[in-house]
Amino acid sequence: MKTATRKSIWDLHCHLSGVNGKTVDERIARLMEYADRMGVERLVFFMGWPWSVDPDPDDFRRQNDQVIQALSHWHDRAFGFAYLNPKYPRECLAELDRCIAHGPLVGIKLWVSKRCKDSELDAIVERTAELKGVIFQHTWYKAGGNLEGESTPADLVALAARHPDIPMICGHAGGDWELGIRTVRDQKNLYLGTGGFDPTAGFMEMAVREVGEDRIIYGSDIGGRSFASQLAKVDGAEISEKAKEKILGGNLKQLMLPILKQKGIRL
Amino acid sequence: MITDVNINLSRWPFRRLPHDETAKLVGKLERAGITQAWACSFDGLLHHDISALNQRLADDCNQLGKGILVPFGCINPTLTGWQKDLAQCKRKHQMPGIRLFPNYHDYKLDDRLFADLLAQAEQEEMIVQIALKMEDERTQHPRLRVPAVDMKPLPELLEKHPKIRIVILNGMKTLRGDLLAELVEAGNVYFDISMQESVGGIEKMLKLIPLERVLFGSHFPFFYLESSLLKLKESNLGRFREEAIRYKNAAGLLKT
Ligand SMILES: [Zn+2]
Repeated sequence: MKTATRKSIWDLHCHLSGVNGKTVDERIARLMEYADRMGVERLVFFMGWPWSVDPDPDDFRRQNDQVIQALSHWHDRAFGFAYLNPKYPRECLAELDRCIAHGPLVGIKLWVSKRCKDSELDAIVERTAELKGVIFQHTWYKAGGNLEGESTPADLVALAARHPDIPMICGHAGGDWELGIRTVRDQKNLYLGTGGFDPTAGFMEMAVREVGEDRIIYGSDIGGRSFASQLAKVDGAEISEKAKEKILGGNLKQLMLPILKQKGIRL
Repeated sequence: MITDVNINLSRWPFRRLPHDETAKLVGKLERAGITQAWACSFDGLLHHDISALNQRLADDCNQLGKGILVPFGCINPTLTGWQKDLAQCKRKHQMPGIRLFPNYHDYKLDDRLFADLLAQAEQEEMIVQIALKMEDERTQHPRLRVPAVDMKPLPELLEKHPKIRIVILNGMKTLRGDLLAELVEAGNVYFDISMQESVGGIEKMLKLIPLERVLFGSHFPFFYLESSLLKLKESNLGRFREEAIRYKNAAGLLKT
């Protein structure tokens, strides 16, 4: 396998799950053993446990504290995004200050509590961009219908179109990626996140063809997913080596560089 | 050496796949070190002319398979005269087993016809592969939403057919808890790794399923072949366990 020999794989999408461990420190250490086996150099974590699809501010602050604790022994290797619930816009802005402006986190994760096309998101993404944070939004197109607050790629296009200078990542590429890719391809400030859906062949080839190798970012969605199934989407794709390097690390590194530098991360 | 027990030829009904031409698929298997691949056909999901598809499958494996492809015929027991299809798979094409798609063929495992099929497959000493699902239900075509196969009736049926060898394909994201334990207990039931997820997934699988019942399967070309290959690397298996999963378990299954 080529994976092991690549210089730097960066994983956009990791959770503190899928391994045993009573504390976050135990869990992240276990996850790093698998990252080592697979040649994954740097990892971005978000959300703690127990999971909550609609956390109140106390809950998302608690989960962000778990992530901050987990990162504390892995300063240059593991990064974190703050988990926010945009139903609480004021508390979100305060959490941005606490975790990013005055804390170690370097971006935000938005999940399924509120659809991201809504105007409450504007102040959150603007403040995150001011802080040079990375914006990651979960998206799916589900055959059986989405959760009430679960965004589609089209919802994210609506938000991204209102803020054309702010880069944002379309998580899961919409899940049903043939639909997701065509939805986001013309919105140039949107990136595709590749993690958290089955390793269906042809995905990466279509993504590179329609969106381009500069706007695709590898992520796994461990521990629920494996590194293996998610790296396979890059490794197994009929795309150039140069494209693979960008998708596996180059693009994310470039996106995060300003804030990592600001935080004194060694690269 | 690797035996991949979960390959399909021909066309996935809903999109072209990078390796849905048999010659190209075989080339990729060769380069990846797959030495044997048990192949059925995506045509089996929706086609009704089963004898023609099994003939094409046998021909493709013979002419383009380079000694790697082993045909596993498709049987649809809801079609009149399926017994003849099964006999052809065994006698005419000399297939070691068959592959079933009960959810696409619209029957349940507690239907009488499934019991009849098991009885005949047992008599013919054929391996029976059951594809629990083919894709994530959330990404299915809105007019073709096919729920996963409910395996609940299987353990009880297997009490009546203790000799039959069953391979459950694409089951490991769905099967869990008591049902998985019952299937493991039930007899000669094997499981492939294609849809096993989570970090170190095969290590987790081996906590629930005895080593000798775990098989390398990729669900290629629907999935990237690398997914299952990399799973072998992600889990800390050691040589003995890895070899068992890569080919020894499958070789034993084929022999018995
Ligand atoms: Zn996730």
